Amino acid sequence: MTTAPLLDIKDLNVTYGTGAAAVRGVDLTLAAGQKLGIAGESGCGKSTLALALLRLLPAGAKLSGEILLDGEDVLTMKWGRLRAVRWAGASIVFQGAMHSLNAVRRIGDQIAEPMLIHRTAPPSGVRKKVAVLLEHVGLPASRADSYPHELSGGQRQRVMIAMALACDPKLIVADEPTTALDVMIQAQILRLIEQLVAEQNVGLIMISHDLAVLADTCDRLAVMYAGRVVEQGPAAQVYESALHPYAKALSAAFPRIGDPASRHAPRGLAGDPPDPSDLPPGCTFHPRCPVALDRCAVEDQALRGEEERRAACVHV
Amino acid sequence: MTESPLLHAADLHVTFSGRRGSGSARAVDGVNLTLGKGEIVALVGESGCGKTTLARALLGLEKPTAGHVTFDGAPLTYDTRSLKTYRNRVQLVLQDPRGSLNPRHTVYEAVAEGLRVHRYAGDERAKVAEALSRAGLRPPERFFQRYPHELSGGQRQRVVIAGALVLDPELIVADEPVASLDASVRGEILALLLSLRRDLGLSALVVTHDLGLAWNIADRVAVMYLGRVVETGTVEEVLTHPRHPYTQALLSVLPEASGEPVVLTGEPPDPTRIPGGCRFHARCQVLASGAAERAGVAGSCRTEDLPVLSAERTTQAACHWARAATTAP
Repeated sequence: MTTAPLLDIKDLNVTYGTGAAAVRGVDLTLAAGQKLGIAGESGCGKSTLALALLRLLPAGAKLSGEILLDGEDVLTMKWGRLRAVRWAGASIVFQGAMHSLNAVRRIGDQIAEPMLIHRTAPPSGVRKKVAVLLEHVGLPASRADSYPHELSGGQRQRVMIAMALACDPKLIVADEPTTALDVMIQAQILRLIEQLVAEQNVGLIMISHDLAVLADTCDRLAVMYAGRVVEQGPAAQVYESALHPYAKALSAAFPRIGDPASRHAPRGLAGDPPDPSDLPPGCTFHPRCPVALDRCAVEDQALRGEEERRAACVHV
Repeated sequence: MTESPLLHAADLHVTFSGRRGSGSARAVDGVNLTLGKGEIVALVGESGCGKTTLARALLGLEKPTAGHVTFDGAPLTYDTRSLKTYRNRVQLVLQDPRGSLNPRHTVYEAVAEGLRVHRYAGDERAKVAEALSRAGLRPPERFFQRYPHELSGGQRQRVVIAGALVLDPELIVADEPVASLDASVRGEILALLLSLRRDLGLSALVVTHDLGLAWNIADRVAVMYLGRVVETGTVEEVLTHPRHPYTQALLSVLPEASGEPVVLTGEPPDPTRIPGGCRFHARCQVLASGAAERAGVAGSCRTEDLPVLSAERTTQAACHWARAATTAP
């Protein structure tokens, strides 16, 4: 890339106070206007990574490495600067919109709050900006006076997106933005996110366990397992011809309708993801790997391949 | 049909009376459904379409306002004793195993509960062990004294399934059995449902909004919209050649679907105010695009309700436009 990326994560490690190594040496970059999907199942470290981007982790967590947001390291930022970067530089759309909104405050006030704190809109103009934001995410401006319980799940998720956009951030992190939503509402929200990224030239990191949804929305994909990126590359390639056996299993988990191979033949992966405080030796995936060799139990694999398309597996 | 179906619903209605002056909600508004022995049927639709209420009515948890449910040839009666016998033979598997397991009960207690409720006279320990190993938790003794928080999401869902299997049911009704599970575990649980059918001849009604799940395990599918089944037939026919515009839209928005997605606007309308004419007409892309007009059915779409689909196993769609297309030369 000729220009400096919007986000450049270098060798990021996160270890929780309990000894759980949630993120272990992750390198990722994202340019403005690009969409990066991070896939993986519960406990693979994808949500920890999202929280680390804005230093939202609990106090006991130890971080090392660099997170360069527009060239500035988030991990060494002074407290005041970090506060300014949250919402305005980068914002997060959390999963579970039901629990992330304050149940006893009107949604208009909740959307206005970051704008008032960051003074990105004058107090007199805030109501107008809220109305614009609501219309932008496909809700009538009159909804500003509603309480969260008066909205459906999809509408609440739209409110969360409006909040994330309030201070015109350069980076939006969406953590499972459509989990627990119906297919039709999911399609509406994904279209909305795509449209906003294209219009405002922001960078998007979308996190999900559904590889099909990520491949449909994002330009590039990174598949995480036990705190590491085990495969990355252009979204369609990773989804359609995964190299790493874990990425292959994720890609096969959601069947393509009409594909005779998956008819009456659901495919999963035996076993459970490893406990981050007690990781297996060698390649962390080897206990569940259908194509493991003897040496996988002792030999760890680094990401390799070309810059654009890499995987961490002995078979690559 | 040659053999009598295991479960049959005839013109089932469930209406909830409205509160504070609002109209009553017709959650299930006329449904015919049949389920044969060893058959897996997927009931799909969006939240609020009435699929969970229909499942509850089939389980005898909700008394239908009209119509009736027949199980193994005998109509369901709603006195306490016959319901108890019925629930021995038909079991419910709930979504979200985190919420449906008591955190202070061990796995053994969770699975044995059904036996205790039904005053099982035999060897309880052996029965629990058998159910756990059928659900894929082997060796079962290792799980007896574990608590739900010590298990992974997939294991918890297996415990819930074991709790349903322990009474040797003939039919299980599973409400979103994999919605809260990780992608890799999902396939394992679905494979378990298929193996239970193969080994025990178990029938299943799977309630879901996930069409991929239907493709993975079901024989037939019924698509529900606002209290009615709008399209039904074999999974192959309905999912690869959908005829109802609603089914077509649902399939078109799947990430891997080819062609232009049809994103319906808005949320499903509310069951207290079911629109006149075809209940889908206000959101119908075929009517909006003028295709229904060209087929000469637009008037019927707006004013004429469609008959309730029969319980026959043939492929059927409750749509004026689809009917015009099949009868046209």
